[in-house]
Amino acid sequence: MNQEKIITVKNLTKEFGSFTAVDSISFDVYKGEIFGFLGANGAGKTTAMKMLIGISKPTSGEAIVAGFDVKNQAEMVKKSIGYMSQKFSMYDDLTIKENITFFGGIYGLSRAQIKEKTAQLIQELGLHDVADKLVKSLPQGWKQKLSFSVALLHEPKIVFLDEPTGGVDPITRRQFWEMIYAEAHKGTTLFVTTHYMDEAEYCDRVSIMVEGKIEALDSPKNLKQKYHVDSMNDVFLKLARNVEAP
Amino acid sequence: MSIKVQNISKSYNKIKAVDAISFEVNEGEIFGLIGPDGAGKTTLFRILTTLLFADEGTASVAGFDVIKQYKSIRNCVGYMPGKFSLYQDLTVEENLTFFATLFGTSIEENYDLIKDIYIQIEPFKNRRAGALSGGMKQKLALCCALIHKPKVLFLDEPTTGVDPVSRKEFWQMLKRLQQKGITILVSTPYMDEAALCDRIALIQKGSILKIDSPQNIIEKYDKTIYDVRAKNIYQLLIDLKNYPSQYSVYAFGESIHYTDKETEFDPAALEKYLEEKKHTEIAIRITIPTIEDVFMDL
Repeated sequence: MNQEKIITVKNLTKEFGSFTAVDSISFDVYKGEIFGFLGANGAGKTTAMKMLIGISKPTSGEAIVAGFDVKNQAEMVKKSIGYMSQKFSMYDDLTIKENITFFGGIYGLSRAQIKEKTAQLIQELGLHDVADKLVKSLPQGWKQKLSFSVALLHEPKIVFLDEPTGGVDPITRRQFWEMIYAEAHKGTTLFVTTHYMDEAEYCDRVSIMVEGKIEALDSPKNLKQKYHVDSMNDVFLKLARNVEAP
Repeated sequence: MSIKVQNISKSYNKIKAVDAISFEVNEGEIFGLIGPDGAGKTTLFRILTTLLFADEGTASVAGFDVIKQYKSIRNCVGYMPGKFSLYQDLTVEENLTFFATLFGTSIEENYDLIKDIYIQIEPFKNRRAGALSGGMKQKLALCCALIHKPKVLFLDEPTTGVDPVSRKEFWQMLKRLQQKGITILVSTPYMDEAALCDRIALIQKGSILKIDSPQNIIEKYDKTIYDVRAKNIYQLLIDLKNYPSQYSVYAFGESIHYTDKETEFDPAALEKYLEEKKHTEIAIRITIPTIEDVFMDL
């Protein structure tokens, strides 16, 4: 793995009144890495992620994402990254082509680039027959794959995927991960949150947040060795609430 | 019989959401509807909780017909929809009191039923529901669905988006409710939760593919599944897919599940092929199928 750092986080903290949602976290993410960002509900994952993508200002500490400071250069951060979540992916009432054009515009692509990317994307995903259909008519799995590709339109160095596979059928979930693998091989960094612990096994490194802090950060293999368990699910159970594995 | 569904169909415009589905749930059973988004699970829930009319077929819940006796059903079932649907601007306690009052009861009257769950959210009883974390919202919703001591509990994807620890605790709660005699129909996209149900229906695109106990489903699966490992998992996935006699190749956590078309399959030949592809740390062994393996092969 190339050791060029794409994300550098130092003592990043976010407080809401007297509540510390993210408590001085520090870590680095490297180029071409699949980085799993795990934690229980309410552990502070979403708050941390919001700071990293430049839509929430840290209370203290710093984070450099794709070369830009999330505090002072939030707009540059937003332009340099891709983002996809299960909750928001694309506009249901626009066609597939319209969505690509819209997001291309948002990401600042030229008309010529948008045209080229649209053709390329429709070709790669085999969407010829449905390119002019509304996104809402697409099966969920296709939507996810398309919105992942849309998040990559402007060829960002890093893509944030927030629970990208929630509720997706098992086959599509795996196809989706194959797309993630392929993208990582091209050198893109993938920052992924998930509640599927088998997916945590596919990451190069995984961090586990507990009550605002990063409690563990290592490769799945090393984490399993360290906690003497057989699966990431058991690592998670041990760390996230000190629950013994069944 | 607690729930009886006979040939239920429902279409939205031209799309058949539920296509002639039939199944029965015994009293005191935890019955799981296992399938991805768009399988028709929510439509089925809405029909059984009398919120939606089926186009065809009949169904009964706790002995009452879903059309003719819908009011009786509403009094004796609890329903936790997939989408959080409590009042976000009411506090935890206000929401619970509200639902208790609707059903002509009080928090005190059925406190023993919700106690285990409620004590976990009680420290936040004055917080508005909208400001709760995902796991807390889920617990509150369950309390509200239980407050009138229902005979049948309908839980539509109660654990979607919930972390593994909270999911585990949630299933422990369901087991306790089952011991109190409540019948539970629960849906989930998480295949690992299927093993926790007494019986399950695997459902996809509006049809039931299989109904049985999780053990039987696994035991009756007739293909041999090989667990294949090597150092470079991504390259392994690609190379296995290119192996001429492969039937299916799926990533399963840190290994890959492989099945072969040939009955005379020789794992040694596969190992040799992988060695030629320059793989290291190769390990091939037979593994026990999971519900997810079975589901993907249906």
